[in-house]
Amino acid sequence: MSTAVKTDFRVVGSRPIRPDGLDKVTGRAKYGADLNLPGQIFGHVVRSPHAAAVIKSIDFSDALAMPGVMAVMSADDLPEPGDRLLPGAEVEMKLKDISPVIMARGRVLYHSQAVAAVAATTPALAAEAAGRVRIEYEVLPHVVDMHEALAEGAPLVQDDIFTQGVEPPPTVPSNLSLQMELAKGDLEAGFAEADVVVERTYSVPMCHQAYIEPHACVARVDEGGRVDIWCCTQGPFMVRNMTAELIGVELGKIKVTASEIGGGFGGKTTVYLEPLAAVLARKSGRPVKMAMSRDEVFRASGPVSPAETRVKLGVTRDGRITALETDILMDSGAFTGSPLMPSVLFGNAQYRCDNVRSRGREVLTNKAKMWAYRAPGAPQSTVAVECAVNEAAELLGMDPIELRLKNAVEEGDVPLYGVPFQAVGLKECLEAARAHPNYSAPLGPNQGRGVACAFWINAGMQSSATLHVASDGSVNVMTGNPDIGGSRASMALCAAEVLGIPVEQVRPAVVDTDSVGFCDSTGGSRTTLATGGAVIKAAEMLVEELCERAAAVWGLEPEEVEWREGRALSRVGFGLDEVTEGRAAADSEQKVLTLAEMAASAGMTGGPLTASASLHAHNAAPGFAVNVCDAEVDPDTGKVTILRYTCAQDAGKAVHPAYVEGQMQGGAVQGIGWALNEEYLYDEQGVLQNAGFLDYRIPVASDLPMIDTVIVEVPNAMHPFGVRGVGEVPICPPMPAVVSAVNAAAGTRVCTLPLSPPRLLAAIQSGEAD
Amino acid sequence: MGANAVKKIHVSTTINGEPREFLCEPGQVLSEVLRLTLDLTGTKEGCTTGDCGACSVTLDGALVCSCLVLAAETEGREIGTVEGVARGGELHPVQQKILEHAALQCGICTPGIVVSAKALLEQNPDPSEEEVRYWLAGNLCRCTGYDKIIRAVLDAAATMREEAP
Amino acid sequence: MPSVAYTAPTSLQEAAQALAGTDNARVLAGGTDLLVQMRLGLREPALLVDVKRIPELTSIDLDGERLLLGAAVPGAVVTADPDIGRLFPGFQEGLGLIGSSQIQGRASVGGNLCNASPAADSVPSLIVNRARCHILGTQGTRSVAAEDFNTGPASNCLAPGEMLVAVEFPLPAARSSDAYLRFIPRTEMDIAVAGAAVALTLDESGVCTDARVAIGAVAPTALLVPAAAEALIGGSLDEASLQQAAAAASEAARPITDKRGTVEYRKTVVGVLVRRAAVIARDRALAMEG
Repeated sequence: MSTAVKTDFRVVGSRPIRPDGLDKVTGRAKYGADLNLPGQIFGHVVRSPHAAAVIKSIDFSDALAMPGVMAVMSADDLPEPGDRLLPGAEVEMKLKDISPVIMARGRVLYHSQAVAAVAATTPALAAEAAGRVRIEYEVLPHVVDMHEALAEGAPLVQDDIFTQGVEPPPTVPSNLSLQMELAKGDLEAGFAEADVVVERTYSVPMCHQAYIEPHACVARVDEGGRVDIWCCTQGPFMVRNMTAELIGVELGKIKVTASEIGGGFGGKTTVYLEPLAAVLARKSGRPVKMAMSRDEVFRASGPVSPAETRVKLGVTRDGRITALETDILMDSGAFTGSPLMPSVLFGNAQYRCDNVRSRGREVLTNKAKMWAYRAPGAPQSTVAVECAVNEAAELLGMDPIELRLKNAVEEGDVPLYGVPFQAVGLKECLEAARAHPNYSAPLGPNQGRGVACAFWINAGMQSSATLHVASDGSVNVMTGNPDIGGSRASMALCAAEVLGIPVEQVRPAVVDTDSVGFCDSTGGSRTTLATGGAVIKAAEMLVEELCERAAAVWGLEPEEVEWREGRALSRVGFGLDEVTEGRAAADSEQKVLTLAEMAASAGMTGGPLTASASLHAHNAAPGFAVNVCDAEVDPDTGKVTILRYTCAQDAGKAVHPAYVEGQMQGGAVQGIGWALNEEYLYDEQGVLQNAGFLDYRIPVASDLPMIDTVIVEVPNAMHPFGVRGVGEVPICPPMPAVVSAVNAAAGTRVCTLPLSPPRLLAAIQSGEAD
Repeated sequence: MGANAVKKIHVSTTINGEPREFLCEPGQVLSEVLRLTLDLTGTKEGCTTGDCGACSVTLDGALVCSCLVLAAETEGREIGTVEGVARGGELHPVQQKILEHAALQCGICTPGIVVSAKALLEQNPDPSEEEVRYWLAGNLCRCTGYDKIIRAVLDAAATMREEAP
Repeated sequence: MPSVAYTAPTSLQEAAQALAGTDNARVLAGGTDLLVQMRLGLREPALLVDVKRIPELTSIDLDGERLLLGAAVPGAVVTADPDIGRLFPGFQEGLGLIGSSQIQGRASVGGNLCNASPAADSVPSLIVNRARCHILGTQGTRSVAAEDFNTGPASNCLAPGEMLVAVEFPLPAARSSDAYLRFIPRTEMDIAVAGAAVALTLDESGVCTDARVAIGAVAPTALLVPAAAEALIGGSLDEASLQQAAAAASEAARPITDKRGTVEYRKTVVGVLVRRAAVIARDRALAMEG
């Protein structure tokens, strides 16, 4: 697919105030837990106190005896998942790997897994009633560490897991759920050619997306069985689809309205509470509100796979990468479905190399089912590859950006995943980082610099948009993608650009699943590209119709009418190139109809002006980013201070540059947190020890410097505006940039993250690499 | 004995300058009463343990987490929530600058940051970057990396200094 | 939250009666620990006695001999008080380190002390400044030294029905000052992994004539470390004496390994903090007028 890429823009690339901004700074915007319906009651989930157990019995009688308790439920109220696949899912998923996460059936596989739920007239009463549900367990042995899970005689997390991807398929079940390998070239020959070989194993901890808004929803079921759900989600259509399957209700009977969403980062691309609230609402006849506590969010909503990556890198003396091998071990929690594949494929795609092999193994443990987090899987392997490249640069005495420039992919190169690159901006990002003052700032004692680059593929998928022109010429833009980081502004800019009207004349809205065509979830860095693409397409359809109608009014052929600056202009009398503001008005032969005029008289030209478009976007183009980090280490305590931080990223075309910068800055800081302090800590019983913001330490404002940004724009040749996704790749380079900076500052080679003060101080004092 | 068995407490208070009365359970925290009883949902709950700052309000002028204040404690006190920050149809400079600097992405932390930053600028009209960062350390934001928030607050401070007589 | 009753007395007498009249009554000051503990189900008091409407608990009184600080005065008020900043800068900083700006609007010295966390940031400074804790019970009043107030993690010397009313600091001698440092992984919002307070007095030639050193988060309660103080007294805090004080603190520490730090790490870092705090306290004392 090849489209002429627009390069001169009227409004795209400007920085208008976001359309939903006023509601969000004044507190009017309604998030997941902000809807209060008349007569609503409150749901509360009963969670497993054990990491592994058989559920012997559930006795609700004490809870039901309490005045004010309106409904109770267990997995008995949900259909058996069997071996069915979840239809319409973005990636292939078996219902039996999802349904027990909503509510355990017969057996619990991790601590805090949902086992039952109650609904009562107040939150306090619901909590108390939940405490009175009597559940009898038979405790089973458990395993939370992935190495221990692979050891001989380890407890089986599930009884019927036979490693996928192995030929012949194993006949004995194990906790090794999946194995894969991709390769090209001749690895041995590549290493033989190398002058320098670096081999290390980097370990990345389990973390959490740690969005500030806990999962929340309100569900109502009417007498006809129609289900109405309000919730904070990255995908209302996904909620409709999954809820239909999980509770056994026809999809067409469910309407989902996405509230404003208080962060997700991939963590709100599934359901936890919505099916439960719907069942409790059906059983009680009352609207049921459910909201997780922060404790529940950490324990029982999608955490992020820890992984260990062995990397082996071969480089010649003159800086050519001759061989690159990665071997990834990834923890999936209690169910298969970790982002192993992207970890295997994408940690190495930034380099041109003929001899590449990447292997992955997925392990099950008695922990919550891992879920997506921003560029799922890529940071875990990228950290190993990028740190190895920095180590090779040190050994070669070569500038690390120079080494990268010698090997950076460009148009025509073919990554391991097989699709040749069109024009990409990696080299431009590397040059931008090298030119930034950060890269030449002087460093003092105990200070060090780290650099890293990274790749992320970006998604396209399906989107729909509907445009309505009001009689004053203002335009409603309706899509089904929750605005998680300013996408309404992007939608408005895309529509305004095509229609040639001021962006303030556009009202973008995120509407419910009954009110717009299907949209895949907000995620995969796809909303501006794909949903914006649907908006552009609908706006172009509208322009075409406007030209046709103007032509009919003027008695001309449609080809004789052009749409410019928000109005129809006749071509009669002179070439379009000559049309200017002054002449158009002065020349009596030039016919003009503004959008407002055409909207006001739409009733006489064919009725209201609307257009709907949908697409399955196959035009996503990869994103690349480069980070530079300067860090200082206190040699007496091991404490790290980030001194300077700079991100360069190829956005293709930045539709709203301020929100592109925001993605870059936010992703960088999430990566800094993952590198330095964020980690899940389990005790011997398989219970999470730090399920709160006090001890799960995400970066706070005083931990950071300003995060400098450089937006590089190498247009995506397949998108009409040149747009690339920007949301995910920002989290890929920070871990290696930070780790390299810290090790340089401390004179260490710590490869186990996070680089927490105790770990770093131990390395400093032992004076050796770990 | 269920929570319902406890007799509710009648509280007279002032919220955003307006006298308000409500009934609450003795153990109910202010954030819950604001959100569920008074439908002032601009105050957000991100943790209910005082670690995230999304529920920031002022109590007799002092910045507090409303999840760590009993509603019953507010008898006779003055509460300020995000809903009272914009006055007479005009945004507070902190709100205006947050919009201009695109200093929000998802926006869930924004009400808390508005209340918190306003409280800072009332007691320190010319804070340094470091002072703003430390003051806002209790307002977690997971989206922005804080950069644009800090710039917005510093810009709001400069604007307020210019506007002050 | 579980069912609980609430009362807000306006006098010490009413408060004492309320506390004495109910089993499992608890004082509510700032609530920044108590309400969290109730939320997490760690405490289920039957009655909360809100003491913030009692004048003695919410006032700061300074005269020529002592500073009397009401137990419920919030951190934000203490950190804004210039007299406290001049007399006890380390104490002021320690109290000011507790939590966020929002927590500072509520958290009090009395709450920090009575909560009896081994990591409480204000307690080492109370100890080095020889603060005394004034306690009211049904039998009248008594006072105990700050180092004797807490008896273990989450346990203190208060008998049922007793409450902490105020802490009293004797005014420091000339050329005296203090400092408190803690170690946390981030810059804010964490519980101390280790903490150290140093108070000292210098003579006119800069020789240390009196010193007290206390360490936090490295034992069941904050510890006074006389050996560390002795290392500082009699000299001008040269390298050797600082090393010795640090070593004495590391030696005295009896930490545990938990999610916030290891035994090894805490023992090492507490020495680093003692050494750094001593230098700050000395510099402050030197900077003081006569």
